[in-house]
Amino acid sequence: MATSSDWAVEATGLVKIFGDNRAVDGVDLRVRTGSVYGVLGPNGAGKTTVIRMLATLLRPDAGHATVFGHDVQHEAQIVRQLIGVTGQYASVDETLSATENLMLFSRLNGLGRAESRAKANELLEEFGLTAAAKRPLKNFSGGMRRRLDLAASLISQPPLIFLDEPTTGLDPRTRSQMWDTIRRLVSTGSTVLLTTQYLDEADQLADRIAVIDTGRVVAEGTADELKASVGKSSLQLRLLDPADRDDAVRAIRSVLGVDVTLSPEAARITAPMQDPDRITDLLVALREQNISLTELAVQKPTLDEVFLTLTGHGVETEKEEVNA
Amino acid sequence: MTTITSTIQSGVSRELRNHVSVGQTVRNSFSMAYRGLLKVRRTPEQLIDVTLQPIIFTVMFTFIFGGAIAGDVASYLPLLIPGILVQTVITTSVVTGVQLREDMDKGVFDRFKSLPIARIAPLAGALLADTVRYTIATTITFVVGFILGYRPEGGLGFVVLAGLLVIVCSWALSWIFAFFGVIARSASSVQGISFLVLFPLTFLSNAFVPSDTMPGWLQAFVNVNPVSHLVSAVRDLANVGTIGGDFWLALLGAAVVVAIFAPLFVRAYMRKA
Ligand SMILES: Nc1ncnc2c1ncn2[C@@H]1O[C@H](COP(=O)(O)OP(=O)(O)OP(=O)(O)O)[C@@H](O)[C@H]1O
Ligand SMILES: [Mg+2]
Repeated sequence: MATSSDWAVEATGLVKIFGDNRAVDGVDLRVRTGSVYGVLGPNGAGKTTVIRMLATLLRPDAGHATVFGHDVQHEAQIVRQLIGVTGQYASVDETLSATENLMLFSRLNGLGRAESRAKANELLEEFGLTAAAKRPLKNFSGGMRRRLDLAASLISQPPLIFLDEPTTGLDPRTRSQMWDTIRRLVSTGSTVLLTTQYLDEADQLADRIAVIDTGRVVAEGTADELKASVGKSSLQLRLLDPADRDDAVRAIRSVLGVDVTLSPEAARITAPMQDPDRITDLLVALREQNISLTELAVQKPTLDEVFLTLTGHGVETEKEEVNA
Repeated sequence: MTTITSTIQSGVSRELRNHVSVGQTVRNSFSMAYRGLLKVRRTPEQLIDVTLQPIIFTVMFTFIFGGAIAGDVASYLPLLIPGILVQTVITTSVVTGVQLREDMDKGVFDRFKSLPIARIAPLAGALLADTVRYTIATTITFVVGFILGYRPEGGLGFVVLAGLLVIVCSWALSWIFAFFGVIARSASSVQGISFLVLFPLTFLSNAFVPSDTMPGWLQAFVNVNPVSHLVSAVRDLANVGTIGGDFWLALLGAAVVVAIFAPLFVRAYMRKA
């Protein structure tokens, strides 16, 4: 059983079909025990569906997945003892207070009445919710709800935690608090599998990242490996005279050694920027050739560009919008 | 936020079981029932149907039909109160299905599904909590009847037994609506289907009027309708203090309903849960 201690999650060929929509279309994932694994993808990529299958909430139509060596379908009840799930949408009872929620989930996790109360208080304290503990959830802010949701997932101190878009909709301060919490979880020995739409977040937290798009893994690796394949940032140039375009492109190729993207209106040139130091050389070269610029900007890669690079197409808009 | 201090026990060193014991199922069900009661305390308006409906129906029917059917109000009450009781409590059992559907559509149900608890606990808990609703409806109906002048001849013991019989039968019926709850698209469609079933069952019975003035074909239906047997059984118990054949027929009907719908429900529910 050496493999089961090495890998918190091993999934091969996961498929989920809704009607004629192949929401997840052959996903392979391997999450090493004790690491943070990020699943990065745009809306509708299938992130939630993958998590739901791994968390025993949804039956895969094909493929096979194990959690610490236990099959998610045949040993579902065992898997449920090993995981904590914080879904994309708050999975707490809206009609109850924070304390009542945590008490209920503690009881369901097999704790006694006194233990449950102690656990609830401990978690409320830990997540800064003590002051709001007795208030109905209706008056909770998005951030408070998220924290309560995460707290509820930690009751049984699960060795594997699924977090589906843990920071979507949070303000920057609350987001960085959530990041700290996730880091602390990992430092206590938990394995975390999280999904996100933000490249930055995956970069900050995850040891390895899988990029998924339309139900498939299109890239997998460490944040550095992915960024290397995408280019750290991009350099945008706007020329005074569009006629200089070919000369400018040639200069960029020879100085930076990279291919460029041309905007349809032709005056804007975008080039991946691996080494900021070389920009000076480029600018000197352009000056020597008398190519004048109207604009010079450095842009960090957006998710859109990651996808453009990895999949050959941008983040697709919803089909309905295209048809309408 | 303070620090999370305790370290996590690793996934492979834990003691794990892939099945849920009976004891745990019972404990989980009681936790879920407790949740049901907490919800009622938080949203007392949920209880309108079991409090106001018996009051309004009893008073309304007494004064509308009392004179016409039984000559005067006082002699209509022994006929009416058991009818109203059965109708009210049975109608209440629809709520089980509606609330189950609402629950299943909410995020919290995902958490229930992700916990190592008995799959059936959310339903068992709901069924347990619902007996509280039935008890409220039963008590209020008898109390309103008493205020209007109803004096059951059977005495308190038999009145309580009559109440228990109605609660047991409604509990059995709630499996039907729980089944609708799982297969229906939305909570409001559960309500729709359920009333379509319940309306003929409660009105095409002897609940409000004696069946002997009805046309023959209708009498035939009314006489086989299990609701009629339940109403007759309650009348026997509360008004006379006897346990008649209808009592056993009503219980048999309840058992048949559970025998059919519990497996149907569990199959449909397990597929979704
Ligand atoms: N229960 C369902 N029934 C039908 N289709 C579904 C269902 N759940 C998801 N889908 C479809 O599956 C696809 C993937 O959805 P999923 O929720 O996994 O995406 P996601 O990556 O989590 O997106 P988001 O970033 O918006 O949360 C989408 O096209 C979605 O419409
Ligand atoms: Mg999602």
